[in-house]
Amino acid sequence: MTALAGGAAGGTASAGAGAPGTAGAAGQAPDARTAAFDAAVAAEERIEPRDWMPDAYRATLVRQMAQHAHSEIIGMQPEANWITRAPSLRRKAILMAKVQDEAGHGLYLYSAAETLGTGRDELLDKLHAGRQKYSSIFNYPTLTWADVGAIGWLVDGAAITNQVPLCRCSYGPYARAMVRICKEESFHQRQGFELLMALSKGTPEQHAMAQDAVDRWWWPSLMMFGPPDDESAHSAQSMAWKIKRFSNDELRRRFVDICVPQAEALGLTLPDPDLRWNPDKGENGGHEHGPIDWAEFQAVLKGNGPCNEQRIAQRRAAHEEGAWVRDAAAAYAAKHAAGEHGKAEAA
Amino acid sequence: MALGDDALVLSHRLGQWAGHAPVLEEEVALANIALDLLGQARVLLSLAGDEDELAFLREERAFRNVQLVEQPNGDFAHTIARQLYFSAYQLPLYRELAAGDGPFAPLAAKAAQEVDYHLDHARQWTLRLGDGTQESHARMQRACDALWRYTGELFRPVEGLGVDPSALEQGWLRSVGEVLERATLTLPDGPRSGGWAAGAGREGLHTESFGRMLAEMQHLHRSHPGASW
Repeated sequence: MTALAGGAAGGTASAGAGAPGTAGAAGQAPDARTAAFDAAVAAEERIEPRDWMPDAYRATLVRQMAQHAHSEIIGMQPEANWITRAPSLRRKAILMAKVQDEAGHGLYLYSAAETLGTGRDELLDKLHAGRQKYSSIFNYPTLTWADVGAIGWLVDGAAITNQVPLCRCSYGPYARAMVRICKEESFHQRQGFELLMALSKGTPEQHAMAQDAVDRWWWPSLMMFGPPDDESAHSAQSMAWKIKRFSNDELRRRFVDICVPQAEALGLTLPDPDLRWNPDKGENGGHEHGPIDWAEFQAVLKGNGPCNEQRIAQRRAAHEEGAWVRDAAAAYAAKHAAGEHGKAEAA
Repeated sequence: MALGDDALVLSHRLGQWAGHAPVLEEEVALANIALDLLGQARVLLSLAGDEDELAFLREERAFRNVQLVEQPNGDFAHTIARQLYFSAYQLPLYRELAAGDGPFAPLAAKAAQEVDYHLDHARQWTLRLGDGTQESHARMQRACDALWRYTGELFRPVEGLGVDPSALEQGWLRSVGEVLERATLTLPDGPRSGGWAAGAGREGLHTESFGRMLAEMQHLHRSHPGASW
């Protein structure tokens, strides 16, 4: 992230009038650049890769986008765990397509992160070394087929609640990636819901399997929105920069309000005895939920969740065992390029 | 059903790569090919009966796929060699079927377009691995050699198919030979049929790893008899 940092913004006018980083910005005093940046953000203009931006804004975005990309890649594992055991060919095809989409989302997001002057290889190295994180949810194991449905319904549901506002994020490449990703994610979420519905309305064993999965995935899904607002280190600044649009707790509340009627439609219960409707909450009422086990959340974040080691080990192994393949492709490309060059000279 | 089993089993093997591929682009590509094959399998098996009953409730001896597609993934070179051999067979076969007026013609026309892409993918990687580094060259040669014995079976007659696969054999040898040569690899010279070659998958005689593959694939479906998913 150093190559472009520090204000060596290009001279092309990539954003609308008044955007920072256009022709004059590089020559402006730091205060003026910051003021122009702040004004563009306030005016809901998109910041584009060649625009000037504060170093901390760049660093925050790299951190968040890398973490997001890593989550897509690590997130393939718990679901891929069931590809070979899917109970019908239709479900197997849906699951394969979903895991393929996740790899695609990872690719978009790494590309978007690369516009900030970092490289995919560098980001992957940081993931493998444990220096960048991925969503804590993927450190939970998929123990039954119903977990695939619970991930679709709850985990993708929580991801969408988080990500839809990112479609209006102030950084253009991120916002555009999110538009594409959210479309596919909502499709996955509906498929997960439908999978759970089939189980819930199926045999007693299938129903029990669905309920057990929801019981295990509910609280980790609520943790996906991050720590409570008063303990969230990055929130205030991200909101000021319009990277984030709503607070963690606000998004979590919305998610709970969406899930409660959906659980009823599924004929499944949510594992929270304190969950209740409060007509006086907010403008139109809202749900109150029981306390979240933040100690568990912290433990998982610190690497002590059920699957942290396994997830990273598999990712690292795939990378290391694939090194000879990447080397071969690079060697072939180099030879081939030399050949093309030779031909061009001969001609 | 034989062709449906080929597609089903190879799709399953490719599905095992998810989360393990050497680059992200290959996660996408291998899953894509697996999905195409699964789609083909579903249409073909549905022509023969209920796709899920056929996939999940038959035992090993009732599967009619060639032994080539059930071979374990091995390293990336093994997977690519398997893809090369199989898609170089599947493409002309589907083209023949598409040109005829049999029950498979409409499916074969669509599937041939998919397999054209699969073959291109396998060829591109064969070139890169064969003509890449010393290590990749050695691995690719090893993979081509190891799977060679399973290729004779591809050209055995298939009951009710309407196309004679043995007519495709010379073309297959030419097209595979050409790719291997461009990839600086040697065409293997071991047996492809006869006593020391493998292959009787079409008669339901499979290799040992296949039973374990089916055990994993079928266990959940079999654990809940009559359930719908």
